[in-house]
Amino acid sequence: MRDVALTVNGRRYELELEPRELLVYVLRERLGLTGTVVGCDTSSCGACTVLVNGESVKSCTMLGVQADGLEITTIEGLATNGLHPVQQAFHDHHALQCGYCTPGMVMAAVSLIESGEAKDEQSIRLGLEGNLCRCTGYHNIVKAVAAAAGVS
Amino acid sequence: MALVEERTEAAIGSPVKRKEDEKLLRGRATWVDNLAPLGTVYMAVVRSPYAHARIRSVNLEAARAAEGVVAAFSGADLASEWASPLPCAWPVTEDIKIPPHYPLAAEEARFQGDGVAVVVAESRALAKDAAELVEVEYEPLPAVADVEQALAEGAPLVHADLGTNRCYVWTLEAGDPQGAIDAADVVVTRRYRQPRLIPNAIEPRSVLALTDPSGAVTVWSATQVPHILRFALQLVLGIPEARIRVIAPDVGGGFGSKLNVYAEEALAVALARRLGRPVKWTEERSENYVATIHGRDVVHELTFAARRDGTITAVKSEALCAMGAYLQLVTPGIPLLGAWIYSGPYAIPNYSVTFTGVFTNTTPTDAYRGAGRPEATYVLERTMDALARELGMDPVELRRRNLVKEFPHTMASGLTLDSGDYEASLERLLEILDLDRIRAEQEERRRRGDVKQLGVGFSTYNEMCGLAPSRILGAVRYAVGGWEAATIRVEPLGSVQVVTGTSPHGQSHETTWAQIVADRLGVDVDEVEVLHGDTAVSQLGMDTYGSRSLAVGGVALWHASEKILQKARRIVAHQLEVAEDDLEFAGGRFSVKGSPERGMTIKEVAFAAHAAHNLPDGMEPGLEETAVYDPPNFSWPGGAHAAVVEVDTETGETRLLRYAAVDDVGRTVNPMIVDGQVHGGVTQGIAAALFEEGAYDEEGNLLTTNMVSYLVPSAAELPSFETDRTETPSPTNPLGVKGVGETGTIAAAPAVINAVVDALSHLGVTDVPMPATPERVWRAIQEAKGGAR
Amino acid sequence: MIPAPFEYEVAESAEHAVSLLAGREDAKLLAGGHSLLPAMRLRLARPSLLVDIGRIPGLAYVRDAGDAIAIGALTRHKEAAESPLLAEQCPIVAATAAQIGDPQVRHRGTIGGSLAHGDPASDLPAVMLALEAQLVARGPDGERTIPAADFFTGVFETALSPAEMLVEVRVPKHGPRTRSTYLKTSRRAQDWATVAVAAVVERSNGAIESARIALTNMGATPLRATAVEQALAGGASIEDAAALAAEGTEPPSDYAASADYRRHLVRVLTRRALQEAASR
Repeated sequence: MRDVALTVNGRRYELELEPRELLVYVLRERLGLTGTVVGCDTSSCGACTVLVNGESVKSCTMLGVQADGLEITTIEGLATNGLHPVQQAFHDHHALQCGYCTPGMVMAAVSLIESGEAKDEQSIRLGLEGNLCRCTGYHNIVKAVAAAAGVS
Repeated sequence: MALVEERTEAAIGSPVKRKEDEKLLRGRATWVDNLAPLGTVYMAVVRSPYAHARIRSVNLEAARAAEGVVAAFSGADLASEWASPLPCAWPVTEDIKIPPHYPLAAEEARFQGDGVAVVVAESRALAKDAAELVEVEYEPLPAVADVEQALAEGAPLVHADLGTNRCYVWTLEAGDPQGAIDAADVVVTRRYRQPRLIPNAIEPRSVLALTDPSGAVTVWSATQVPHILRFALQLVLGIPEARIRVIAPDVGGGFGSKLNVYAEEALAVALARRLGRPVKWTEERSENYVATIHGRDVVHELTFAARRDGTITAVKSEALCAMGAYLQLVTPGIPLLGAWIYSGPYAIPNYSVTFTGVFTNTTPTDAYRGAGRPEATYVLERTMDALARELGMDPVELRRRNLVKEFPHTMASGLTLDSGDYEASLERLLEILDLDRIRAEQEERRRRGDVKQLGVGFSTYNEMCGLAPSRILGAVRYAVGGWEAATIRVEPLGSVQVVTGTSPHGQSHETTWAQIVADRLGVDVDEVEVLHGDTAVSQLGMDTYGSRSLAVGGVALWHASEKILQKARRIVAHQLEVAEDDLEFAGGRFSVKGSPERGMTIKEVAFAAHAAHNLPDGMEPGLEETAVYDPPNFSWPGGAHAAVVEVDTETGETRLLRYAAVDDVGRTVNPMIVDGQVHGGVTQGIAAALFEEGAYDEEGNLLTTNMVSYLVPSAAELPSFETDRTETPSPTNPLGVKGVGETGTIAAAPAVINAVVDALSHLGVTDVPMPATPERVWRAIQEAKGGAR
Repeated sequence: MIPAPFEYEVAESAEHAVSLLAGREDAKLLAGGHSLLPAMRLRLARPSLLVDIGRIPGLAYVRDAGDAIAIGALTRHKEAAESPLLAEQCPIVAATAAQIGDPQVRHRGTIGGSLAHGDPASDLPAVMLALEAQLVARGPDGERTIPAADFFTGVFETALSPAEMLVEVRVPKHGPRTRSTYLKTSRRAQDWATVAVAAVVERSNGAIESARIALTNMGATPLRATAVEQALAGGASIEDAAALAAEGTEPPSDYAASADYRRHLVRVLTRRALQEAASR
């Protein structure tokens, strides 16, 4: 077991972790932040995407102990009041159906937009290559991200 | 017959934003895997690495001794738990072979991934660790994974005691197909192999079972079918249904893969009962690839007979359909869901369809989006193009010539297309496409000999969905009914609670159902709360699959609304002392004709109904009504789709440039949600055409074992879609609605493959197998160059 | 989905990491974890000890080292992709790093981790081979420099000893006449290469004077396309030279693609890569 301190959604947590605990399970089962979900076991689907120091990361491919000292933002911490503009755009453009991939997709989109890489439809499509959705065919997700990024 | 009323309210037909969204967007959904009551233990399943093996022994000692382990069992250890095997609810013929299928194999494993033992431990990780310590001694047996090989002389038998791998043969014949073929100007026969598809709902399956000492059971499951699961759990476990509560909380997609009753669901309940602890199991994705049903895996031979002018006179289909190693809930019935539409939207008088169900040492197949209809539509639409080439005719013109033009139309297969306007969809599609420009560019590229060639492919389709008239289901030996139930409760202060028997997992019923009720009762959409997915809340229900929810469950809701209005009208008439006929209802208020100031709102009626101070004699208090609706016919959507592709003739890579869809799904309750269903459906059809294939090697080892090797496409592989609708209301239900959940998947794959073939047709390519991988496209070009057929 | 248990140590420095590795045959270094953790989750890899080098200060950099650009082993793909120095002096590295995996992978995965993993399907090894990069390893006895040509020894195997750690890679700066390109085919954007070609060419009067070409996923290691290079040096046309691209390769035949198709594809990609490099 190992002592770690991480900041999640602005709150500091001191935890004793088994090294093999993946960050996604630390978030879900230690901190009760069940918005971040697991969709695969090969780092393919992106459902577990969170922000680590502001950048999108698949939390299934990071150990909890690796997050020691880092700042994590999960879907629950994206907006404290109302919806974040990306969440709002997903709602406005019907960019979610079952909603299981949605938290990861939203976090990936936030990172993409904040890095300035969401420039047009093609860059948005490429920028979301690490997140799989089985319901929407991505059509409305791409529209929502474009709207949130202020591009057409 | 026109049951359809003019709409008086705005809620139906509006792109109302979804009520479901906020909790999903904020990470506050309730997935089964979020739940774990104190004391929960975790189950891990030990699975056979062999496609076929005798289980010589199972040694659980090391596992039982491992840290945190509560219990471990072999298949034999649990044999006494089962009152009967896992159910198959669709024995399609009288002489179908149904091998017993228990939650754990005890003597023989029959596919890679077949469960042979379980371990229960204090944590997910410890269960996984201990499962690795279970020592199973296997004696590998010969296996067969391919339907054609499975029927060959001397093939290994999946179930030796059956003496054959042939599960059933089912036929449907009408007219004189052989006579028409013999008399035809042109006969075209083509063979097609449609690969296995792995559904890949992004939420893996998960189940949590809780028992109490009295024997009552609560099961949370990521399922599409809580009601069917409850029914099945009685059969498998011998627990009366009345003591079982099944809850499907938020469910992350299904596409048919959660329309089932799975071994792990029965195991979790059995172990909870045995151990007196809540038992939870959550599937890993790699596990999902072997333990959750697959779709498709069908080999077809399709024949068209036609006159020289393009009139098709007969269709004949013979198909070998993989069942997998066992029959899951509706495995044998899946091909039948397409059986009546091998003539598609075309008027073809002579008809013959034969399905042979075949056991193989593979994961069982079952319903995957479209279920039977994509299979039928694919071979039909591919063969339309083949016939067009044979006749030297434009493929659009050939389709146009054969489309059904008058409705209702009774098809050779015996069912009646109640409505549609297939030509209108096709003409609208052509407008969207600007086909002349595409053809001109294609010609230009061919003339220049470009490396990248352009192709356009079509698919005009119809489908039968909205399962379904119970009498027809009974006639085709489906075990249960096809009705749906809805309850509406107008609460004393006027908010409205709706209980539906459907079980949404992405289909937006909370919004759409609220729109229907708001529209009928004249209340706000926000005032309507839709409850679903809990058998303690909705005892009556047949769940969500087969594009049935709106066309059956939504219509049940319409009928329940009518009952509410009838009762409310009686109360108002009584209290205002007027005749019921003297009342009119609009905007949520009853008023007296001619004196509109005299009236009562539906909310006032609700209060009066609950106060019960002044009700008509004999009337029960309250304002709650239930309707159960059994549709008189299937629902018949249709439409026309087209794909435009660019094929790199050197590498074989295909890029989908455009995809256009014009669908007729009847009236739309929420066009935004309908468009979303089309986008998602189309994408799964495109994925089948270009990317996805569940592949086995000759020994029955799955080669595409996870999301790295099985290619679910991302946004980067797809274009935005061009969609539009034509609208012929369904005359068989008062809402005028038809199903929409599967149309895209049914239509898309042949449009895309037809486009790939079209791009290469000038090189002599006439067929490209599905999925059209770069290598397969390249090989098709090489073969055409080499003069091979 | 959950790795088998292991011990975990955080290295303070490269020396510390190497000392932690010493004497533990089945220990593994953990940097970004994007090669190792996926294998551990499927329990295909079960190291008894992970030495986390991700916190070692001073190992994430891209800097001018005279004739070469020095890239610290802990430089993340995203940092390499966005490095102005690489874009100017050795653009093929930046362009290739931008194509690895997906954005999330590029945010965590490191240049050093990707190279040390020795995956014949990953992108950077072929690029390093074509660039004739130098890889710097630290072991118990100090540092040594390994030419890329000697570094990749087999499938998931490199010249690193179990107690060595890759600390830096040095890529030569492009000259004024150097052009380079990395051309990759994959089924989906996020997938590993079916086949890819790294081409670094020297141009003279609008023609290719010489070229160094390396191939991804055409054998157990990245391979130099020597026959193509020799043909070009001997004055062959791009078309004729590229036709030799599959010579000496032993591509895998797997579900994703047959060996035959990979041989065909590598010839097409080599020709296109050379044409692209020549025309820039």
